[in-house]
Amino acid sequence: MASVYEGPIQALIDELGRLPGVGPKSAQRIAFHLLKIPPEDVARLATTIVEAKRQVTWCRRCFNFATGDLCTYCLDERRDRTVCCVVEEARDIVAVERTHEFHGSYHVLQGAIAPIEGVGPEQLRIKELLARIGDEGITEVILATNPNIEGEATAMYLARLCKPLEIRVTRLASGLPVGGDLEYADEITLGRALEGRRDL
Amino acid sequence: MPTAAPGSARGQRLYRDRGVVLRSIKLGEADRIVTLMSEGHGKVRAVAKGIRKTGSKFGGRLEPATHVAFQCHRGRELDVVTQVETIDAHRALREHYGCLTHAVSMLEAVDQVALEREPDPALYRMLERALRTLAEQPSPAVSTAFFWKLLSLEGFHPVVDQCTRCGGPAPFRAWDLRAGGVCCGACVLGGRPMAPGTAETIARIVGGGLAGVLADPPDDRVLGEVERLAVASLEFHSERRLKSASLR
Ligand SMILES: [Zn+2]
Ligand SMILES: [Zn+2]
Repeated sequence: MASVYEGPIQALIDELGRLPGVGPKSAQRIAFHLLKIPPEDVARLATTIVEAKRQVTWCRRCFNFATGDLCTYCLDERRDRTVCCVVEEARDIVAVERTHEFHGSYHVLQGAIAPIEGVGPEQLRIKELLARIGDEGITEVILATNPNIEGEATAMYLARLCKPLEIRVTRLASGLPVGGDLEYADEITLGRALEGRRDL
Repeated sequence: MPTAAPGSARGQRLYRDRGVVLRSIKLGEADRIVTLMSEGHGKVRAVAKGIRKTGSKFGGRLEPATHVAFQCHRGRELDVVTQVETIDAHRALREHYGCLTHAVSMLEAVDQVALEREPDPALYRMLERALRTLAEQPSPAVSTAFFWKLLSLEGFHPVVDQCTRCGGPAPFRAWDLRAGGVCCGACVLGGRPMAPGTAETIARIVGGGLAGVLADPPDDRVLGEVERLAVASLEFHSERRLKSASLR
């Protein structure tokens, strides 16, 4: 797209447009908003971004975000260290936490195997996971990768690696969304839901 | 028979077709751009709106390797998916790592050679059949055979019955990527050395004997060689790397 605005305005729009989920129109809207609000509000936002970037690192154990050596879950003594929930991204931890159903530890792979994008296992935190299984006495690994082709490839790959370690390896069940209609369920979801049915 | 774009010539913007999902990439917060190899419309790129939301009407129907009947709204650059029904989800492919990576390699290869909105029903049918075969018989021979047939379909039929340099007879010792075929013992220089049995296996595959190869496969070393040569030949002709082929 041709630059239609003066230098600094266009530069701001371009920078904002690089953010995930921000299209050219949104970038323009945010840029105009920032230019309209008081300078101290803009300064606070800028400082917050710089400070967050400076203080937040990766937990050296699970690769979640952390402000120190370890993240809040790794520091929490009450959590069950023998069960480890493996997720693709740190934001997936938040989703699992909201269920209030899980009280174990986490491991963030920082991505998923994506054959077409050329992302292989060596680009993920898999070595670190295997080291943890040996070191921390983990007896169950829950594979909570996304139920799409990349997440499934990753889960199958990990399951194969974990097999000789003689630990329990489980995968999150696929099922019907609560509140949805059965007739709209796709065949793979419904097939798996049928397979994973429970006694009542 | 390919479904001709009904009414598209009359300016209607809705069309129906069948196709195999080649890939799917995230778009914005909840959407995906889906690439399909369709029967009557060539390669189609279309937006599936809201597909990443749990309650989406699309659900898992537009996951790569799924064979679907779909309806799209024609757009200027990207079409928009309005309806999808599963013809075959090829679930077996999704339950084994080896199967999945082989299936993905076939999808990637088709994505590389197929042209957008250029009907190529033979390519569509070949892919659909290969995925079904792989789901039934999970062997690396399936994707390897698919690559050779793809080369053949694209006009690079491998020469396996005579030396590509001197026209001489077997035994053949090497493979010439540029010429797309075998070289005899006197002409091996500059070719890729190959194990005995490689040329014969390629000849069986392109001669339509995949069922025979599946029933009575050559040893893993020969099959691996035939696969590496297929990938190298595809990459040579498309001038692009087949990224998923390195993930085995
Ligand atoms: Zn941690
Ligand atoms: Zn020769």
